[in-house]
Amino acid sequence: MIEYAVMFEPVLTRNIHRKDSEKIATYLAHGGYQASRQALTKFTPDELIEIVKRSGLRGRGGAGFPAGLKWSFMPKDPHIHKILAVNTDEGEPGTFKDRHIVERDPHQVIEGVIIASYAVGASRAYVYIRGEFFLGVKRWIKAIADAYERGFLGKNIFNTQYNLDISVHRGAGAYICGEETAMLESLEGKPGRPRMKPPFPTQSGLFGLPTIVHNIETLACIPHIIQRGADWFASIGTEESKGPKIFSVSGHVEKPGNYELPLGTTLREIIYEHAGGIRNGKQLKAIIPGGASTPILTADKVDTPMAFETLEKAGSQLGTGGIVVMDETTCMVEVARRSTKFFAHESCGRCVPCRIGSVRLYETLERIENGRGLPNDIERVLYLAKNIDGNTFCPLGAGLVNPARSSILNFREEYEYHLNHKKCMASAH
Amino acid sequence: MVTLEPTHVLDPKQRARLLAALYIAQEQYGWLSPEAIQRVATRLNLKPGQVYSTASFYTMFTLEPRGKFLIQVCEGLSCYLVDGVDPIIDHIKKRLNIDAGETTPDGKFTLEIVQCLAACDFAPAIKINDELHGNITLERIDELITDLSKR
Repeated sequence: MIEYAVMFEPVLTRNIHRKDSEKIATYLAHGGYQASRQALTKFTPDELIEIVKRSGLRGRGGAGFPAGLKWSFMPKDPHIHKILAVNTDEGEPGTFKDRHIVERDPHQVIEGVIIASYAVGASRAYVYIRGEFFLGVKRWIKAIADAYERGFLGKNIFNTQYNLDISVHRGAGAYICGEETAMLESLEGKPGRPRMKPPFPTQSGLFGLPTIVHNIETLACIPHIIQRGADWFASIGTEESKGPKIFSVSGHVEKPGNYELPLGTTLREIIYEHAGGIRNGKQLKAIIPGGASTPILTADKVDTPMAFETLEKAGSQLGTGGIVVMDETTCMVEVARRSTKFFAHESCGRCVPCRIGSVRLYETLERIENGRGLPNDIERVLYLAKNIDGNTFCPLGAGLVNPARSSILNFREEYEYHLNHKKCMASAH
Repeated sequence: MVTLEPTHVLDPKQRARLLAALYIAQEQYGWLSPEAIQRVATRLNLKPGQVYSTASFYTMFTLEPRGKFLIQVCEGLSCYLVDGVDPIIDHIKKRLNIDAGETTPDGKFTLEIVQCLAACDFAPAIKINDELHGNITLERIDELITDLSKR
């Protein structure tokens, strides 16, 4: 892994430290818009799909679906109007990579949009951005306007027959709109409640048209794959997790921030070599590897590589790659309570297990945390988790039980201490 | 040919403008009053109920009047871990003499406690209207409030 770090050269974040990194002039001065030009003038759509398939690129929004495979699901009929929807609705606690990408280097995403839209035959792209990202909205709008002005968007892009229009749509505060079908509902002006799948968006998405939905980090990878080749991309990472990834690190570390590293870099390397280690010389206690909805890991799992398959084996998930680091002073009951409060707040209310279950789960955790827990409350939490997970309409349910369930699994003695002593074990140290 | 009620001839693209229209209305009225909802509905050829169902779903739309400056404090996990949330909330409550969700009598400040602002790298974070403020301290909050009180 160390050898990789020496050889590895950041690509997604290569421009963000430059002055005016978000401007089109800066982007063009450093090789910008060559990949999309190359894609449109030298490759057929099918060849591009093949390249992305071969690269092994998997979605960076949390689910990790193979991007090339998703592209191949889009209907080939040129008479069917098709859509690309860009997901910038980042809201998973502990994750802030998309915010950095759109604020500091939006043009590489536009290139990704051009290439992906051309490959799947979409002539219209909708950007959905989290309403709270005020600077991000401005940067998106400016970047798109500048790209239009230079002829990279609009009619006859790069003097080809290909046309593409993009517009920016602002969300208005709803975590669930990061779920792809909820995002489509929101783009249609409706409350962002997830749709039944199937039909999948590639069959019937925005306005009932075949739609491909991508996270912006996924799209940002595409121009680099075209320019450097599928083999280059596939040479980075592990067996099942290819390419570079931006890891957001926050919590009890000396240097919180975004770090672009190969997939498969260990948590230890990310936390201690890049994020400066645990702050104030404290000991590591627990790690959330991929945003609040992924199961909490204990400190002994710190040598786990950050990749889809290795984290699954360790009992968690890669998720968004938003790493939250917790030191020895952290109360795990409070971590579970706080995370569950978030999910209870963000439940869209569509299905009962999530709407009611999340609130009951939160109430029980709050009771335990505040020293008012009932003797069978740990079992109650596990019972609720079991009845929510797998019984909800969308993946929010599976995610919302993870903080509570994984903290009981790994730190049950803290729950018991709370119940028996009516106070916190971590603060009693 | 089937004739439909005008409200049923719903151009999906028209409804897709709803979130943007609600932002504009909120900016003009300060909040989404019943009058504002009705106006948006008329302009987009939607039913007021359709407009209301969207407006009430999203946390950034407000169906009640709010202060000139909306102070939002993130109580997410990463902000909590860096000892941020509770002292900050207590301090603002004391300083403005309001509870979370309330507005000062002069209509200047509203305090809201919100979930993750995706600013965990400079936690603790707060947002005042459209501007994000990171690495917040109690002194910084005092400065910000003093400064905004004059505006």
